[in-house]
Amino acid sequence: MENTVVSATNFNAWFGDNHVVKDVTINIEKNQCVAVMGPSGCGKTTFLRCINRMHELIPGATAKGSMKLYSDEIYTMNPIYVRYKIGMVFQRPNPFPNLSIYDNVIAGYKLNGLKVPKADLDNIVQKSLTSAALWNEVKDSLHKKGTFLSGGQQQRLCIARAIAMEPEVILFDEPTSALDPISTSSVEQLFHELKEKYTLIIVTHNMQQAARVSDKTAFFYVGELVEFDDTKQMFTAPSDVRTQNYITGRFS
Amino acid sequence: MDARIGIRNTKSILFKSFIIFLAFVVTLPLIIVLLYIIKQGVMQVNWHFLTHVPAPEGEKGGGIANALVGSLLIVGMSSLVAIPVGILAGIYLSENPGTKLAYYSGLCVDILQGVPSIVMGIVVYFWIVKPFGFSAISGSIALAIMMLPIVIRSTEQTLLLLPPSLKEAALSLGVPYHRVILKVIVPCGFAGILSGIILSIARIIGETAPLLFTALGSNYLSTNVTGAMESLPHLIFTYATSPYDDQHDLAWGASFILLMFVLILNIVTKLITRKWKIQL
Amino acid sequence: MDKNKRLDLSYSQMKWETIFKRILSVMSAIIVIVVAGVLITLVVESWPSIKSLGIGYLWGKVWDPVNNIYGAYPFLIGTLLTSFTALIISIPFSYAIAIYLGEYNPKGWLSDLLKNTIELIAAVPSIIYGFWALFVLVPVVRSLETKIHVAPYGVGVFTASLVLAVMIIPYAAALGTSLIRMVPSPLKEGAYALGATRFEVIRSVILPYTRSGLFAGILLSLGRALGETMAVTVLIGNTSAIANTFKDIFFGPGNTMASVIANEFAEADHALYLSALIELGLVLFFVTVIINLIGKRIITRYTNN
Ligand SMILES: Nc1ncnc2c1ncn2[C@@H]1O[C@H](COP(=O)(O)OP(=O)(O)OP(=O)(O)O)[C@@H](O)[C@H]1O
Ligand SMILES: [Mg+2]
Repeated sequence: MENTVVSATNFNAWFGDNHVVKDVTINIEKNQCVAVMGPSGCGKTTFLRCINRMHELIPGATAKGSMKLYSDEIYTMNPIYVRYKIGMVFQRPNPFPNLSIYDNVIAGYKLNGLKVPKADLDNIVQKSLTSAALWNEVKDSLHKKGTFLSGGQQQRLCIARAIAMEPEVILFDEPTSALDPISTSSVEQLFHELKEKYTLIIVTHNMQQAARVSDKTAFFYVGELVEFDDTKQMFTAPSDVRTQNYITGRFS
Repeated sequence: MDARIGIRNTKSILFKSFIIFLAFVVTLPLIIVLLYIIKQGVMQVNWHFLTHVPAPEGEKGGGIANALVGSLLIVGMSSLVAIPVGILAGIYLSENPGTKLAYYSGLCVDILQGVPSIVMGIVVYFWIVKPFGFSAISGSIALAIMMLPIVIRSTEQTLLLLPPSLKEAALSLGVPYHRVILKVIVPCGFAGILSGIILSIARIIGETAPLLFTALGSNYLSTNVTGAMESLPHLIFTYATSPYDDQHDLAWGASFILLMFVLILNIVTKLITRKWKIQL
Repeated sequence: MDKNKRLDLSYSQMKWETIFKRILSVMSAIIVIVVAGVLITLVVESWPSIKSLGIGYLWGKVWDPVNNIYGAYPFLIGTLLTSFTALIISIPFSYAIAIYLGEYNPKGWLSDLLKNTIELIAAVPSIIYGFWALFVLVPVVRSLETKIHVAPYGVGVFTASLVLAVMIIPYAAALGTSLIRMVPSPLKEGAYALGATRFEVIRSVILPYTRSGLFAGILLSLGRALGETMAVTVLIGNTSAIANTFKDIFFGPGNTMASVIANEFAEADHALYLSALIELGLVLFFVTVIINLIGKRIITRYTNN
């Protein structure tokens, strides 16, 4: 499969003895937007954090199985390099409070001590903020602290920060659940543009959102990947009864 | 019935007045001491006083330049040791709660906090003075050990209050652990750590007991840190108990200077904690 | 930036990560090593005295270095007497401050002012208290002593206790304040709803609820008092002989463990003398550490509930 970017094969994750991700096998293709859904506590966040090896940073957390970025095994790669290649955006906007908007965008370079010429940095900042649909709003206040922005702007700043590293894949963990409806729709619009260049994996509880933005949807239930299919197919004719129950709201 | 309620209310009001009286009466001794030191000390302080060493016994004049330079040098060297060690140990404690090492070093921080300063003085005497002789360095080490618990605890408390999302954000950008700590976590907790450092300096700059058998004291202006050195609190102690009035005057002046240092350091700490709304 | 350069960088950073983590552990191990070193040094250096004087050293009544006779009793008495006198004087004030700042007036400028002033009491170096008291308080005490017909030394256990009392108030007061502020308001409101007055709420809800925490505050103050050196050394009169009547002991000169070390360590000219002094330091170390740890334990247990 030429087009596969991220692929998990029989992948498992634990918190201590708690088996949280069970035997997940999934192939995610390039320039697709994949929604990950499922009831609370079913392991969505954990699976997402396994992809960029953030999971293993929690004491007692372990993982087993194959997880690949293209043809490279992620778990034998250097974790720092993995995180360059796979960006992440969190549930709550978390810009660095000690850095300006400008520095927040290039935080990945700055904090890593990468030497990049100033002109290139300016370029990266403008490109990333433009891609994150934030440039017009902040171009006159680039040197203000990032924490002065509104919640939605902060989240787009975090997206710009991830884009600036030129990753292959961007992971989103409920990126709009802390935002108001207007900010939510501006972030959702972004997804359509972002998937031209990147592969997006989005955890969401909002079914309308999944339907609006994603090409494919993965449904998790108690740690298992129950169903993975085209979003349209999934919402109109789910093949698993658990998916159907979830979609029709029998449980949440 | 009404009468009983009246009695209970009166009792309540009396109690409150009594509490207020006791609470505020405590400030009297402090105010009296401060005013007295200022009154006695401020007359002594002038340029000559700050730039000359004490006159020989029984003679008028002289100053406390030796103690001033000595205190700054000794406290400076203590800070040089205690600040990096304290911050790094504090980072360890906040980053690794629950490990065995964190448990034991946390316990030892609590122990160190309670060790009387005179005990620190005699221990450092055996560690350093006995093999190498009296020196400013030995005094600095005794004081550094007394600084450590304050720096460690304030660093730990400050960092524990930072949201974990900050660290996650940096890690997800592929920033290695040491840079996450040094470039994100420490700068975000800078104000809290700084106020802990200043507070610890204010605490040790007036310590006398650990210096009695280490830095000792000296009548000469010296910057040789491997030899004995005078300090403000030690000078106050020796001259306070001397029979000469001229030496008492030097001690009053030195007390005034020392008090100003301590007051300013405490006020700076207060300003920092207020500005950044930190709780220590 | 090309892939290889980034990969190289990642590997060198991984190395630094490991080194950095190692440094953090070492720094926190240093604290353990220092404390172990303090303990070992004290034990080793006081070993000659422990060996030749035995446990009887602790209640030997005579301290006479000239004739090589060492008994710690005078200093134990001096330490306990000054500390507990100071503690008893300080408790009503500490409690009053805690109740005022915790319950009556927890916010506002007056409360802030009082709180900062009390904290300042702990910030003034102890040698300054000692120096001031020597010139101002001692003459006052001397004239008082003349009035009540005891030998008018001026310096002594009583004077030292007075100064010590002021110095230790902030510790119990600060802890008490924060504990009283933590009393859940439903508890208090329940009592108010039953028609209790402020005083009754304080007496029958707040004080019982915070009892163990306030006790821990007293222990912290006591720990300070036991180890306090300079103010006491200047004021206590430095006599190792014990007077015959309690009145004379209380108002007359004495010595504490800390003050005798401060005074005699430098002139201890033979091994047993020095060792006996260090054994005092060892006892002081154990007593203050245990009192502090118990206090801290109580506080942790209290705040976790
Ligand atoms: N840090 C942790 N330590 C231990 N167990 C955890 C931790 N985080 C999550 N878990 C457990 O792992 C399981 C899966 O959690 P996860 O956060 O992946 O769920 P989720 O699908 O993202 O849920 P939500 O929709 O509520 O975000 C849960 O049962 C949870 O209790
Ligand atoms: Mg989640």
